[in-house]
Amino acid sequence: MSGFAKPLKIALGLAVIAALIVVPMNFNRYGLFILSQWAVMSIAAMGLNLTLGYAGQVSLAQGAFVGIGAYAAAIMTTHGWPLPAAIVVAIALSFAVGWVLGYPALRVQHHYLAFVTLAFSTLAFLVFRNESWLTGGIYGISNIPRPHIFGIATNKPLPFYYVCLGSLAIVSLAVWWLIRSPWGRAFMALRENPLRAQSLGVDTRRYTLMAFAIGSALGGVAGALYAPLTQYIDPVPFNLSLSLDLLMMVIVGGAGFYFGPFLGAMIAVLLPEWLRFTEGYYLMLYAVAVMLLLIWSPTGILGILDRAMAARRTKAASALRAVAKSRLETVQ
Amino acid sequence: MSAVLEVTNIKKNFGGISAVDGVSFDVREGEILGLIGPNGCGKSTLFNCILGQLTPSGGEVKLDGKLVTGLRPSELNKLGVSRTFQLLQVFPKLSVRENLILAGQEHQGNMASRLVGRSDAGLTEAANQMIGFFKLDHLADEPAGGLSYGQQKLLDAAMAFMGGPRLVLLDEPAGGVNPSMLSDLKERLVAINREKNATFVVIEHNMEFVMSLCSRVMVMAEGKVLAMGRPDEVRKNPAVIEAYLGH
Repeated sequence: MSGFAKPLKIALGLAVIAALIVVPMNFNRYGLFILSQWAVMSIAAMGLNLTLGYAGQVSLAQGAFVGIGAYAAAIMTTHGWPLPAAIVVAIALSFAVGWVLGYPALRVQHHYLAFVTLAFSTLAFLVFRNESWLTGGIYGISNIPRPHIFGIATNKPLPFYYVCLGSLAIVSLAVWWLIRSPWGRAFMALRENPLRAQSLGVDTRRYTLMAFAIGSALGGVAGALYAPLTQYIDPVPFNLSLSLDLLMMVIVGGAGFYFGPFLGAMIAVLLPEWLRFTEGYYLMLYAVAVMLLLIWSPTGILGILDRAMAARRTKAASALRAVAKSRLETVQ
Repeated sequence: MSAVLEVTNIKKNFGGISAVDGVSFDVREGEILGLIGPNGCGKSTLFNCILGQLTPSGGEVKLDGKLVTGLRPSELNKLGVSRTFQLLQVFPKLSVRENLILAGQEHQGNMASRLVGRSDAGLTEAANQMIGFFKLDHLADEPAGGLSYGQQKLLDAAMAFMGGPRLVLLDEPAGGVNPSMLSDLKERLVAINREKNATFVVIEHNMEFVMSLCSRVMVMAEGKVLAMGRPDEVRKNPAVIEAYLGH
């Protein structure tokens, strides 16, 4: 994104934020639901982008953490606890479980790690489904209340959309801070070259566990918002396919790019709506589009932009060199 | 002169093969010790055992008289032991400057301060100095993966010095570096050795480089120490000549 001038970038960012606040005011219930879902999935995908995109640790379990967060929020808020308290518990719980899930990553990597996290995903689903004393089993939990924020009821779709958008804003700032801190650099070091990182004093064990724990905690935040958004949860939305969807959001948007998850979640959540007119063909079109994208640019949509910028810089640099060379020749 | 590093009877077996077979030596404060020997004689394995990248099958390593065998590489690095690698080991997608900032960041503050503190922790200045010192100025903002082999070797060496180490183990720093860059590298190593009082152990096949840089040279063959002494002594040692030239 470095090709844009800074004021232009800020103006663009403010315009997007203003649009996200103003435009949905006229949306109907369904439009607001879809947009709220985009905000929630962006949060979960941002967590996975941290674990996978920045720290390079493959996880097929992000959907399970959304589930853990959702059940924590559903159980607590239906027992009279306020949502913020439930979010804190969801963060703590998914952080702790994510930390433990990080331990296999200290021993295995790549597809082996994918299998370990896949197994965890299945395990979490079975717990949601079978432990009905806690989770309501296949009947799920219904009548999940939406919170009062500063005394304002958010039962209606628009106020709750703002709750989701506000949460997305807070998470985005926190992640921005994190990836620009030395931690973010250490995460990238894990991805790029763990051997070198170790010999430079980077405690690769601790950073690997942190990458899992923080990424998972964001999955938990997303889940804790998902429960009051749908107001009813059962185990099905949190099965392996959610983990795969989130993985695809990160990859399609651009793994390791800050704005990748926003874009990936937008495509995954909104594209089905836009392709609705194609009826039964939607999934096929989506699948073909994803395949073509990844053949063209394995680094996702933002990867295309990144390559274009790099090409422009190279062109500018070689133009400069050509000028310098011609000057040299004139001197001679 | 006191010993910075004392290595006693280090052994490393891989299956039935003993790659390092009871090596003992010490490294004196402020010296540049050369480590030479035919390919496969256990030099890099010895380095990896000293640095905690491999767990030795036996023996002990002492740093300033304190036992450090079994410490992790990151822990040893924080005690002031740094290294370079035989093969290129940089962070290819990060810029040269970011590589160097990363190389220094874990030596400042703690985990908490690295999360909430300033993003570069004041390291940009140190990184820029290192960039100037190794003449990488024009490449500072380039991704490290785009540099030439020799430039990446220089960057790798620069990274090893970012944390202000007391002891640096260099694994073939001259390999693949062109002659003019090589004399630059040597000049810089000597400067850091004198000014910062850093102690070096250098594995190298380039005899001219080793003999002119090092105050002492240790020769290894088949996992054992064959000879140790001043460069001119070692060069005349019949056992060394035999190991290198064969019968």
